[in-house]
Amino acid sequence: MSDLGPTLAIASRDVLKLFRDRPRLIFSFIFPLIFIGLMGGTLQGNLGRAAGFNFIGFIFTGVLGMTLFQSAAQGLISLIQDRETDFSQEMFVSPISRYSIVFGKILGETGVAFVQAIPTIGFALLLRVQLSPLQVLLLVPAAIAACLLGASFGVAAMSLLNNQRAAQQILPFLMFPQFFLAGIFNPIKVLPWYLTPFSLIAPMRYAVDLLRDVAYAGKPEYQKVVLFGPLTNVAVMAVMFGGFLVVGTVMFVRQETNR
Amino acid sequence: MTNVIEVRDLVKRYRKAEKNAVDGVSFDVRAGEFFTLLGPNGAGKTTTISILTTTLRPTSGTVVIGGRDATKDPAGVRRQVGIIFQKPSLDLNLTGEENIRFHAMLYGLHPYRPFFSMMSRNYREQVRELATVLGLRKEIFKPVKTLSGGMKRKLEIVRGLMHRPSVLFLDEPTAGLDAASRRNLWDYLREVRRKNETTIFLTTHYLEEAEEADRICILDQGKVVSLGTPTEIKSELLQETLIVDAADRAQLRRELEDLRLLVDGEGPFEVNLNGASAHQVIRSIRTPLTTLETHSPTLEDAYLGIVGTVME
Repeated sequence: MSDLGPTLAIASRDVLKLFRDRPRLIFSFIFPLIFIGLMGGTLQGNLGRAAGFNFIGFIFTGVLGMTLFQSAAQGLISLIQDRETDFSQEMFVSPISRYSIVFGKILGETGVAFVQAIPTIGFALLLRVQLSPLQVLLLVPAAIAACLLGASFGVAAMSLLNNQRAAQQILPFLMFPQFFLAGIFNPIKVLPWYLTPFSLIAPMRYAVDLLRDVAYAGKPEYQKVVLFGPLTNVAVMAVMFGGFLVVGTVMFVRQETNR
Repeated sequence: MTNVIEVRDLVKRYRKAEKNAVDGVSFDVRAGEFFTLLGPNGAGKTTTISILTTTLRPTSGTVVIGGRDATKDPAGVRRQVGIIFQKPSLDLNLTGEENIRFHAMLYGLHPYRPFFSMMSRNYREQVRELATVLGLRKEIFKPVKTLSGGMKRKLEIVRGLMHRPSVLFLDEPTAGLDAASRRNLWDYLREVRRKNETTIFLTTHYLEEAEEADRICILDQGKVVSLGTPTEIKSELLQETLIVDAADRAQLRRELEDLRLLVDGEGPFEVNLNGASAHQVIRSIRTPLTTLETHSPTLEDAYLGIVGTVME
């Protein structure tokens, strides 16, 4: 039996649940409004000229990367939630492999994060962040890569946590430093020596930088904003994705069956 | 009759636990049988059913279901079994139909389709039929959280039977249901059994549910303490007794002692029949009786006798 259909069923359940969750949908519209409109606008007004690049565009790419990565990672809390509401039993007694179940969840939360990021792109276009149709098109695979990395990071984090409360308390500690180390709101082209290694191991950094690779391609401020080329970012993201996926899935499956 | 489940020397010790939750359990279940695992809370029933349904790895021992080893080929076992868990495992935010569709896709019964209207005609007809059987024609398309406890349980059973399993595991399926819902559910299960010849493996602590089983396995503190038909268990463990009393208790006691039917207490006297018929004993007593009762043991008496002995 192919696991493709069951994997898609698991993934689509998460996306379906997003559309049933109105507060979550409304929040995904308000979130970019606050960050790009308010934060980007004020930073642009005060620091834009000195920095030599447009802060609204900078914050848009940062917030987009953060939304995709964070939403996908946090979405994986549903793995623990399903265990606590006993729904995971329904999946774990089905004939599909445990790995397909986890991959279905990764795919589902990738879809959820992607849907939640659409208002961010719409809002950026409204604020006249300059993006060509080709750039908007290329943002799609970059965004999917950011979601997949975030979701695999979520699986690895969840495999270490055994209840929803712990997940909700600890995950922000794993996310919050990354906002600054990945340069969501603040340029990190120059960093103090003691922060450089932490920034280099922050997965969110590569997701955001890949989006900036696309959004700033061919623009004069590319060198001021972007840290690595797209190939380097994709390579690092692929290695991190593989590592998180394997370690997270193996640990999660072991935790489920070897109690 | 062939065995559909074979359990040999099953042991499970949870991490950091000081003793085994399941401690050397062995039994067989025949195809088409209604088999009940009975025991008090903490006896090891849910642990056993979790191992049998491959959601938990045993510490040692073997479990073979439908010829497949539960440790070596868990997917092969999972394809043959349906499970109704002790705690409902429905997604309350999805509709009844979405829960059923999710299950059907998980078991590869139908290809993935995001909407009910896009599913095959065969599936749509099957769901409408099931909804009619359940009396849920309108509610099947409403979120499960709006259904009653009994309806949710039925929905779970229907879902568990979608892939036509050869064994249906029911882990305390009527816990938390009112008497009417319990009766209704059992009527439905009897019908399922009659139609599909499905083997039923039940864990329960309701004795009246166990009484209907073909065979009962009583588990206590992780060990099998009795195994047989309800009648065998009752007759093996408890004898029929006679309760008698008379105005002249001293004379009655002497007579009973002469008949070698030893009695304790001051009266009324409980006489163990030791295989003799009540009629024979009564004919032998000449003292005029003021009380005469026969007492046939119930499964509850047997169960409490077994579990009580083990606990002592």
